[in-house]
Amino acid sequence: MSAKRLIASSVAAVILGAAAATAQDVTAAVEARQGQFKLYAFNLGALVPMAQGNVDYDAEVAQAAADNLALLTALDQTRLWPEGSDNAAIDGTRALPVIWEDMAALQARFGELQDAVATLQNAAGEDLDSMRAALGPVGGVCSACHEANRAPE
Amino acid sequence: MRRALAILLVLAVVATAAFWWLSRPELLPDAAFAGLSGDPERGELVFWAAGCASCHAAPGASGEDRLVLVGGRPFETEFGTFVAPNISMDVEDGIGGWSLPEFANAMLRGVAPDGRHYYPAFPYTAYRKATLEDVADLHAFMETLPAAERANDPHDLGFPFNIRRGIGLWKRLAQADGWAVEDELTAEEERGRYLAEALAHCGECHTPRDALGVLDRGRWLAGAPNPSGDGRIPNITPAALDWSQQDIAGYLASGFTPSFDTVGGTMAAVVQSLGNLPREDLDAIAAYLARVRPVE
Repeated sequence: MSAKRLIASSVAAVILGAAAATAQDVTAAVEARQGQFKLYAFNLGALVPMAQGNVDYDAEVAQAAADNLALLTALDQTRLWPEGSDNAAIDGTRALPVIWEDMAALQARFGELQDAVATLQNAAGEDLDSMRAALGPVGGVCSACHEANRAPE
Repeated sequence: MRRALAILLVLAVVATAAFWWLSRPELLPDAAFAGLSGDPERGELVFWAAGCASCHAAPGASGEDRLVLVGGRPFETEFGTFVAPNISMDVEDGIGGWSLPEFANAMLRGVAPDGRHYYPAFPYTAYRKATLEDVADLHAFMETLPAAERANDPHDLGFPFNIRRGIGLWKRLAQADGWAVEDELTAEEERGRYLAEALAHCGECHTPRDALGVLDRGRWLAGAPNPSGDGRIPNITPAALDWSQQDIAGYLASGFTPSFDTVGGTMAAVVQSLGNLPREDLDAIAAYLARVRPVE
């Protein structure tokens, strides 16, 4: 193998290696962000049945769930949304490419979510009506983002 | 030769006349409106059940802004792009000057005040099953909503879909007067059927269509390709939707699924509207869905 060819193949190997690492990073990021949403859902699962009257209101449980949501929604999102992790590029996600046209808008939505959750955190342990009134806007922020940015199944 | 030309000419005239006759707009009889007057309070519930704001509010509008029916939302389909018109109370740009018969012929017959057919992106084939009383109440409510200026954008459609008169023929194929679910139903299930099949027009997205855009009523609510491209509108017959009736009504009220995900896509706007209905109506829709024929 000539020196030139050796260099060329090493460069190719490095590039391929980099591409493979990127694909792994993308998969890890998709799994992590879906994990975060599952934790949102798990904690909402303590609150929604109370709000809908299917489960008795329990101030401590409601407060703990709202506190968890406040922690979870405060997580920094930067590395969870890498380029190439949209549903046109890979399987296993419903995130629409439109998200990457305006990442600042996505950050702004997480800001809105944090605000709505902060209100919920203040209200959740008060009483059922306060918790219910504050939970609606949280669902509204979730839904508005899903409306714009998530493909149907 | 001359004789053949003459025959061709006669045939062309006959075909044109037949097309014109078969595609003519059909209107409600004037007598139908005798003694009818709308109740705006009842009309508000019709408004939320019929989902008017889902298409006619400005794109991205929320809260009170959903009552400003300024239009402008584009709908990309395989036939071309439709743009929701202004149906606010603006006299120039909207429907502010319309009489009840004009409004009812639009809603129930898909015919504009100037006699032209509307494109069926406006779900009048579903609204056709609504009662005239509900339409009168809806009109009375919409008259309380604000006027907003915005001149309508033209739809962007290719040939032959850009020939409006042809919709008259399509209506003959597509309009069905019977209910999709014809079984013996309880009073609650009947209320649910009225809401789901007529006002909320669930079938428009959840039922597949043939090449001409006519609903395949044999696969009622069995799911369909998403008209705007990505993914599928889900099958909500009992073969696929395994939620309890309480889950379904709770979802329509709040947007939370039984696994505490939240509604997204085009259904988000639907829930924003239906969430304003009394719980009994949402329970009725859930009860009706349980009676839809299961389709895999």
